[in-house]
Amino acid sequence: MVNIQINGKMLEVENGAMVIEAADEAGIKIPRFCYHKNLSIAANCRMCLVDVEKAAKPLPACATPVTEGMIIHTQSPKAIAAQKSVMEFLLINHPLDCPICDQGGECELQDVAMGYGDDVSRYSEKKRVVANKNLGPLINTDMTRCIHCTRCVRFGEEIAGIKELGMTGRGEHAEIGTYVAKTVSSELSGNVIDLCPVGALTSKPFRYSARAWELRQFDSIAPHDCLGSNIHVHTRQDKVMRVVPKDNEAINETWLSDRDRFSYEGLNSEERLQSPMVKYNGEWQETDWDTALIAAVDGLKNIVASAGADNIGMLMSPSATLEEMFLSQKLMRALGCHNIDHRLRQQDFRDQDNAPVFPWLGQSIENLEQVDAALLIGSNLRKDQPIAGHRIRKAAIADAKIMFINPVDYEFLFPVAEKIITDPRQMGKELGAVAKALIEVAGVTAPEGLKALLENVVPTEQHKLIASNLSNANNATIILGLSAHTNPDFSTLRALASLVAEMANCTIGYLTDGANSSGGWLTGAIPHRTHQQEKVSSKNLNALEMLRSGLKAFVLQGIEPEKDCADHALALNAMEQAEFVVALSMYKSESLLSEANVLLPVSPFTETSGTFVNVEGCWQSFNAVVEPLGDSRPAWKVWRVLGNLFNVDDFDYLSSDEVRDEVHSFAGSVTADNKIAWKIPNALQNNVDGVVRIVDTSIYSIDPIVRRAPSLQQTADARIPAIHIGEELATRIGLMDADQALVRQGNGQVTLPVIIDDRLPKDSVLIPPCEMGETYLGYESSVVELEKI
Amino acid sequence: MANEVCFKNLHLDKPWTLETYQSTGGYEVWKKILKEKKPADEIINELKASGLRGRGGAGFPTGLKWSFMPRNAPGDKYIVCNSDEGEPGTFKDRDILRYNPHALIEGMMIAGYTIGAKAGFNYIRGEFWEPYERFEAAIHEARAAGLLGDNILGSGVSFDLHTHLGGGAYICGEETALLESIEGKKGQPRFKPPFPASYGLFGKPTTINNTETLASIPLILQNGGKWFLEIGIPNNGGAKLFSVSGHVNKPGNYEIPMGTPFAELLEMAGGMRNGNKLKAVIPGGSSTPMLPGDVMMDVNMDYDSIAKAGSMLGAGSVIVMDETTCIVKALARISYFYYEESCGQCTPCREGTGWLSRVVNRIENGQGRPEDIDLLLNVSKKIEGRTICGLGDAAAMPVSGAIKHFRDEFQYHVDHKKCMVSAAQS
Repeated sequence: MVNIQINGKMLEVENGAMVIEAADEAGIKIPRFCYHKNLSIAANCRMCLVDVEKAAKPLPACATPVTEGMIIHTQSPKAIAAQKSVMEFLLINHPLDCPICDQGGECELQDVAMGYGDDVSRYSEKKRVVANKNLGPLINTDMTRCIHCTRCVRFGEEIAGIKELGMTGRGEHAEIGTYVAKTVSSELSGNVIDLCPVGALTSKPFRYSARAWELRQFDSIAPHDCLGSNIHVHTRQDKVMRVVPKDNEAINETWLSDRDRFSYEGLNSEERLQSPMVKYNGEWQETDWDTALIAAVDGLKNIVASAGADNIGMLMSPSATLEEMFLSQKLMRALGCHNIDHRLRQQDFRDQDNAPVFPWLGQSIENLEQVDAALLIGSNLRKDQPIAGHRIRKAAIADAKIMFINPVDYEFLFPVAEKIITDPRQMGKELGAVAKALIEVAGVTAPEGLKALLENVVPTEQHKLIASNLSNANNATIILGLSAHTNPDFSTLRALASLVAEMANCTIGYLTDGANSSGGWLTGAIPHRTHQQEKVSSKNLNALEMLRSGLKAFVLQGIEPEKDCADHALALNAMEQAEFVVALSMYKSESLLSEANVLLPVSPFTETSGTFVNVEGCWQSFNAVVEPLGDSRPAWKVWRVLGNLFNVDDFDYLSSDEVRDEVHSFAGSVTADNKIAWKIPNALQNNVDGVVRIVDTSIYSIDPIVRRAPSLQQTADARIPAIHIGEELATRIGLMDADQALVRQGNGQVTLPVIIDDRLPKDSVLIPPCEMGETYLGYESSVVELEKI
Repeated sequence: MANEVCFKNLHLDKPWTLETYQSTGGYEVWKKILKEKKPADEIINELKASGLRGRGGAGFPTGLKWSFMPRNAPGDKYIVCNSDEGEPGTFKDRDILRYNPHALIEGMMIAGYTIGAKAGFNYIRGEFWEPYERFEAAIHEARAAGLLGDNILGSGVSFDLHTHLGGGAYICGEETALLESIEGKKGQPRFKPPFPASYGLFGKPTTINNTETLASIPLILQNGGKWFLEIGIPNNGGAKLFSVSGHVNKPGNYEIPMGTPFAELLEMAGGMRNGNKLKAVIPGGSSTPMLPGDVMMDVNMDYDSIAKAGSMLGAGSVIVMDETTCIVKALARISYFYYEESCGQCTPCREGTGWLSRVVNRIENGQGRPEDIDLLLNVSKKIEGRTICGLGDAAAMPVSGAIKHFRDEFQYHVDHKKCMVSAAQS
C-alpha cells in the first residue's frame, strides 16, 4: 500500500494501481474516454490528464502508477487547462449535432463536454467525414463520430479474441474499421456498443427507436444460459426497448453475450400469444381465462379418470423460473403424476439416481479464469455459454492448458492445449483412455463397474498428456458441457469424468442447458426425486420416456416440443398422438396450434417475477419490468390458479416471493456435491454402426425467445439448414459441396444442401435443428442415411 | 579539427569495406573486449567519462542509458539501432551507413555485449535503399570474417545482427513506434512507462541508440573517454555530425567538435548562397524552434549553448535560410509535414496538427484572420506536453518559435493578404 493525496484527500492505495483507479475508488471523478477498467491501458484520448506535483507535464491518470507520497490535483488550473484542451481537440472534428445522434443523452463525450467544452467552436475548417462500415446486423456505425479511443479495438483483441476491428490510416485520416471489409462475428460483439463512448457504434436493432431519457431502467437476469448474466432492461411505455449489461464482477463482469443482449426482440414478436385459446372440434377460439382454465382442468381430469394420472406427461422449459417449476411439479404430483422433467435434450438417464442434488459448476464462475488446466467434454463453450468462454479464455491466455474432447472441432479464440475430435459414439472411449492413463500411473485397479469398459482402451500419448496436464495442475477442472448432456452415453461420460477428477485431484463441473436447470433439480422438476430429495417409487417417466410411451396427455411450459426435445420427430409424433395437450406458452407457433388443445398465454421473464438458480448455485430473483402483454399472465399465477381449480392443498400463494421463500426453506442450504458412486452400466450403450448425426443446437436456436429475435437470426451464427459433412465421408458417398442430399433419420426425411465441413470426425454428419418446414429428424448420435439427389 | 570520429576514414578509398576499416584499427576494440572478457561496468564507465550524449536528438547520456539495462537478468535482451533518420534536415546517419558501416556494426556488438544482448536490429529508413545495401554487405563481410555470429572468434560470445527496412513513416523514428514496427505492427508510439529498458522489443529489455551514437563507440573505447570528451567541451563531449542544408554554398555533413561556433560551421559550408544575408536558422531539425540569424551567429554548436539561445541541438540538422525566405511559407511546409506524419493515436496531435497546418496555410494564402496568430500560439501550446510521444511537441515548437521571432511577417500576411518578403523584393 502507498499513501497518496488527491485533491487534498489522503488515500491509502494498493501498490501498482493507477491514479485513475485510486480516484475512482475514492469517488473523485476524472473525465476519460479510452480508459476502461476491464481493458488494457491505451492512454490515447488524453482526457484524464491530471496535475501531479513534481511532474513538469500533466500526466494521464489512467497510465500513471501511484507512488508513495504522490500529490495529485485533478482540478488545479494546470489539470483543467489540459483537460479543456483535449476536449476542444476532440470536438473540432466531431459532429456537433447531438439532437440527431442515437447516442445523444447517453453519450460520454456529450456529458464531459458539458463540463469541459466551450459554447462555441473556434474551428472553422471543414470537418472530417468518415465512411461508415457494415459490421453486420447488430452494430450500426456512424464513423464520423468516432473519437479514436480504440476501446472497441482493444475489446476485440483482449476480450472477444477476434481482431476484427483496427485503426487504419494515420493522423487525421486514421479510422476504425475492419481491415478487409467484413462483418464482425463474435458472440460478444454487442459489447462494443456499450464501450463506444460516442455514437460511432450503436445498436442496430434499437437505433432511432427511443431516446435514452425516455427509458426506464430495471434490473433483471438473462434467461438463455446457465450463468444468469445480470442485465438492465430498458423500457418505454411498457415495452422492452433494449437490454444492456449490469456490472457483476462475479458473473458477467461488465459484459453481455449478444444472445442475452438482442434476444429481447423476440419478446415483442408478432407470434406472441396474447389471449387464452381453446380448440373446439378442431377450431381454435380465443377465449377468457376462466373458460380456458376450466377447459384445461376438465381435459386433464378426463384423462386422469379414463387413463390414470400417470398417463400425463409434463415437460418444462429448463429456463422456466424456480417458482414455476416448483408449483407445476407440486400440482402434478398432487394429481398423482410423476412424469415431470426439464431435461428435454438429454437421452441417457441411466445414472440419474446417483446424480448430484443438482449438477453444478463445481466451482465459482470466477474460478474458471483461475484454472491452470481444464478438460471440457462435449462443449462448444464460446457459443453455449459465451461468458464462461470468456473466463476460460482468460485462463488460456495466462497459459492454462485448456483441453477438449468434442464431437466437432469448434473454433476457440484461445490456445487449445490438446483436443480430441471424435464421433459422439467414441467420446466415452476417449475419456476412458484418459482415465486409464491416470489409473496406470497411479498403479491402482479400475473401480468396479468401470473395469469392463476400461479393459479394451489403450491410452495414447495424447491421452497421457491430457491426464498429466490435469494431475500436474494446482487448480484443474473437468467440465461436462451441453453436448455431453445430449450424448447417448451421458452417464458413462459422467462416471468417467468423475473418475478422472478423483484420480487427477481436480474439480468436476457441469455447464447445463437453459437458465434454470439447477432450479429444476432443486424444486423437483425431475421425475425420480421430489423437491425434498425423496426418491419417487411410483411410475416416473423421464423426458424421453414420456415421448416414447404414448402418453394420453401432455402439459407443456415454455417449449416447442419439436424444437426443444432430444428427438424432434419423436416429440412431434408424441404430441400428435396425445389426446389432450395443454401448453403454457409465450407464442402461438404453428406446431403448437396443431398439437395443443388449450393454449394459455404466459409471460416471458420481463413480464413476471421469478428466480433463476445459476450453475454455481447462486439464487437470483428478478421482478417484472413491463405489464404482461395482452391477456398473458405470469406462469406462476397460472399454476397457482390451476392448483386451486384442482383443489390441491396449500396452494394459496399471494406472491412469487412466497413461493421462492418456501423453496428456499428446503433448498436454500443444499450443498451440491458432484461426486457420484460408480454405478453405471458396463458398456457404452451407443454402439450402432453407420453414419450418425451430430445435432449441435446453435446458439440462436436454443429456446423460443431467441428463435424469434430477428437480428440474431441474421448473424453468421444463425444456421441455414444444411448437412455438414467431412471431406472423406462426402467422397465416399459421392457428395460435393453445394449438392442437395436426402437425409433420413428414424421416420423423418428431408432434402438439404451439403456443406463440406472439415471440423467433423469421420462417420458423423452435423445437421443442426434448424427450420426445415414440416419435417423433423431424430436425436443426437443416432444413425442417418444420406443419398445424393 | 574535423572528421575525427564517424568520418575518420572518409578520405580513404572505399571506406565502407572491411579491409579499409580494419586497416585503421577497426574491430580491434571488439577483439580486445572478447579476449579480455572486459567487464561491462568498465565499458559503461568509459562511456560516462566520454560525455557521449545521444545523437538522435534528445541528447540523453549514453553511458547512463546503458546502465539502466538489467543486463544480468535472465531472458533475451536486444540492442536496437535507430537509423530511421526521418527528421527534415537530417541526413548524417545515411552517410555513416554508406561510408562507415563497420563502425556501427562494431558499436552495436559492443553495446550488445555490454547490455547482455545476443541480437541486435538496425532499423533503417524505408527510403535508404543504397545505405541499406551497404550495411547489409558490411554485415555479410563481418559475418564471413567471423566477427559476427555464433561463438565469435572462439570467445564463446555470440551476437547476431538484423537489418529492418522501414516503410517510410516518420513516426517510426520514435523509439517505441520503431519497436512496434520491427514487431510487425503499425508504427505507433507506446505509452511510457514502461520504458524500453524494462519492456522493449518483443517485451524484452531493450536499448535503443542512434546510428551516430553507436558508430562513435569503438573509437571512444579505443582512445579513451577522456580523448573523446576533450574533443568537445564539458557536458558536451566529442565531435558531432552536422547536416547543413538550405541557402549555403556547400550543403553537406560536417563532423566538427562540439562547441564550435556556428559562424565557423557556416564558413565550412561555404558561406551564404549568393552572399545573401542570413535570416534564420533551424539548428536541430524541423522540429526545433528556428532562431534569427543574428542570434545564431553568437551561438556555439553544442547542447547547452543552443538551449540557452532558445532552441535545441536536436540531431544537428542545421537548416539555413537567407533573406529571400518567407518564414510563413517555411512554417506552412513544416506544419504540413507534421500534420501528414501524425500517427493519429492520441487526441491533441491527431486533431491539433491538422488545425495548425490549416491555419498557417490560410495565413500563407492571404486568407488569414486577425485572431489567427494568437490562435496558432494557443493551439500549439495546447498540444505541447500533452501527447504520448514527442511528435506533438515537434509540431508545436516550430510554430511558436517562428511566431516568436518573426511575428511581424505573420502580421503582414494577415493585414496585407500577401507576403512581406516578396513584396519587399518587388
